[in-house]
Amino acid sequence: MSAFWSGWIIVLSGLNIVACWWLIRWTMKKRAGESAQGDVTGHIWDSDLQEYNNPLPRWWLWLFYGTLVFAVIYLILYPGMGNWKGILGWSSHGSQYQAEMARAHAKYDPIYRQYTAVPVAELASKPEYKEAREMGKRLFLTYCMQCHQSDASGARGFPNLTDNDWLYGGQPENIVASITDGRNGVMPSHAHLGDEKIAKLVQFVLSLSGRATDQAAAGEGRQLFTTSGCVGCHGMDAKGNTMIGAPNLTDNIWHYGGSPKTIEKTIHEGRKGHMPAHKDLLGSDKIHLLAAYVKSLSSQ
Amino acid sequence: MQAETYNYKVVQQFAIMTVIWGIVGMLVGVIIAAQLAFPDLTHGIPWLSYGRLRPLHTNAVIFAFGGSALIGTSYYVVQRTCQTRLFSDKLAAFTFWGWTAIIVLAAITLPLGITTSKEYAELEWPIDLLITIVWVSYAIVFFGTIAKRRVKHIYVANWFYGAFILTIALLHVVNSVEIPVTLTKSYSFYPGAIDAMVQWWYGHNAVGFFLTAGFLGMMYYFVPKQAGRPVYSYRLSVVHFWALISTYMWAGPHHLHYTALPDWTQTMGMVFSLILLAPSWGGMINGIMTLSGAWHKLRTDPILKFLIVSLSFYGMSTFEGPMMSIKTVNALSHYTDWTVGHVHSGALGWVAMVSIGSLYYLIPRLFGRDAMYSTKLVELHFWIATIGVVLYIAAMWIAGVMQGLMWRAVNADGTLTYSFIESVERTYPFYYVRLLGGLLFLTGMLIMAYNTGKTVSDAKAVDDTVPAAA
Repeated sequence: MSAFWSGWIIVLSGLNIVACWWLIRWTMKKRAGESAQGDVTGHIWDSDLQEYNNPLPRWWLWLFYGTLVFAVIYLILYPGMGNWKGILGWSSHGSQYQAEMARAHAKYDPIYRQYTAVPVAELASKPEYKEAREMGKRLFLTYCMQCHQSDASGARGFPNLTDNDWLYGGQPENIVASITDGRNGVMPSHAHLGDEKIAKLVQFVLSLSGRATDQAAAGEGRQLFTTSGCVGCHGMDAKGNTMIGAPNLTDNIWHYGGSPKTIEKTIHEGRKGHMPAHKDLLGSDKIHLLAAYVKSLSSQ
Repeated sequence: MQAETYNYKVVQQFAIMTVIWGIVGMLVGVIIAAQLAFPDLTHGIPWLSYGRLRPLHTNAVIFAFGGSALIGTSYYVVQRTCQTRLFSDKLAAFTFWGWTAIIVLAAITLPLGITTSKEYAELEWPIDLLITIVWVSYAIVFFGTIAKRRVKHIYVANWFYGAFILTIALLHVVNSVEIPVTLTKSYSFYPGAIDAMVQWWYGHNAVGFFLTAGFLGMMYYFVPKQAGRPVYSYRLSVVHFWALISTYMWAGPHHLHYTALPDWTQTMGMVFSLILLAPSWGGMINGIMTLSGAWHKLRTDPILKFLIVSLSFYGMSTFEGPMMSIKTVNALSHYTDWTVGHVHSGALGWVAMVSIGSLYYLIPRLFGRDAMYSTKLVELHFWIATIGVVLYIAAMWIAGVMQGLMWRAVNADGTLTYSFIESVERTYPFYYVRLLGGLLFLTGMLIMAYNTGKTVSDAKAVDDTVPAAA
């Protein structure tokens, strides 16, 4: 902030504190001709409203002085007066945040580091690593349950992590990569195909899990599936591609819902899925444990 | 020549509407308290959803109930203590119908989801303009009456009413600078953190000048009148008035501790909030000590009970406020129901109780009766209201501290012990108690409405003549 605004703040706030002090002293002064202590001042309003000329209660006065003194000391120690940094050098985003983070790292990092050398697959399955999985679960309940739910069963648009069905692959390194760098799943809009063709595609997609209601349309949809570009991601067999997170359409597991209407909406408008990257937030040691916990959910 | 009389008509109108808006505002409060206890209560009907009714509740209790009480009593007090009729009857009538129109517009637009999204300033820009016109008219009537007063000195109640009127005008105009997009949508002129700061400068001073200074004006007339005793200390009035109105201006940033707001602003907010403790308590001391020599009246006079208990809640919440502004305390209390408890110890305990007490003094005098229809019902109202407030704030205190502790609890490995939803689950019992407290307070208001109806139905014409100049 510029020297002008810094000075503006210092002058205004300083004057306010000094003015409070002066106000107390000025009001306490005895004045010539005033009524005696404990007597009324002599003014009367609305036939009977009067005021006593009582002094300021002493305990209250000390309370007031006390807060004023506290204010002055605090404003010397801490940043408040414009550009004045305070002699303690404290700041919320700087020293306090950094100190708290450093304390937390010193205390907690070693706890997580003890499992880094053990492969994820072993942590996920071996009985002696139960505590590691418990830590993974606690991490999950802190950082992941907001989208994937506390039992990891997921929600619309947020995958179920317990069913051994993997959009991006279920090997430990796939899970670690998903958490570390995040994922962006994109199904483009196919509105340009028109309602008629989309309806046929819907029937075909339903037929893959044995649910088509119009076999003729499903048959035509099979052709469209190949010619409209669907196979590029979902593959000729419609079993998807974990390299790009394209879902398997044959297993009756639905990321955004499997009703005819929802499938139509998905084809028509497209979908965008986003799993944020966690490498800066959590670091590799915690991600290692999280991956082990997630892996353990579907390998029991 | 006919003797000049006081204008009681506009005071009568505001007094009756205070009771009605009190019931409306508190009913909406009970509904949203019930929604928190039973989340599926209104079946997802959009205009009954919590997000839309909550601003209706706050606007109705602060500006409709509190505002009508303040404008009505200030018109009564300024006439009687200045010994002159209101500056302009026509303008005064305009302020009543204008203020009522604003409230009706709020009651229509907020449930429709038309909102600026600024807390306590949700009304959209056309209504903001109307508020400005009505408020300036109110200021003209009030200060015009002060200007033509027949007594030399201005009574302390009028200092506080005057500070309230001037500052609310300033706060409303500055905070409502917005860019209209359509008739029902505008965007704030201020960007990001500046907008947040302006909003809480407004928000906290609305507490300071609307809910504190304004009601202290009320207190300074009705407490000494009902107690029949002089105000305890003129000197204390002077110190606490000037200190209160100057230091309050700085306190807003304590609503934004540990946010994107610069550290110096947060520090100022906290330091001046602490300085505010003594000036706030000055009003409580002056009110309660006015009773010295007349304490026995508390045993028999329920109106005085309302007034004195309101001052006790005032003292309690003005102690709690500075404590909650301390950063380390705030780190626990912020975002929890503790804040809700704190606000209601002020809103129900102080604002509503002092208004109710003052109205019980005022209504018989406005309608030519010696007293309210039933003093027993006033007594009953007092006890129901007091128990209601205590249940409400005790429940929210406990819930708030519990939430704050649950949110910061960590396991040995630094992970959170509780998820957010676990803290919500644990809060349910306290939501039930809070609902009960709110229901009791609303019941008290219904008793008051009955008592007022009975009192008014037997009204006699009142033409209090203005006494000749002293």
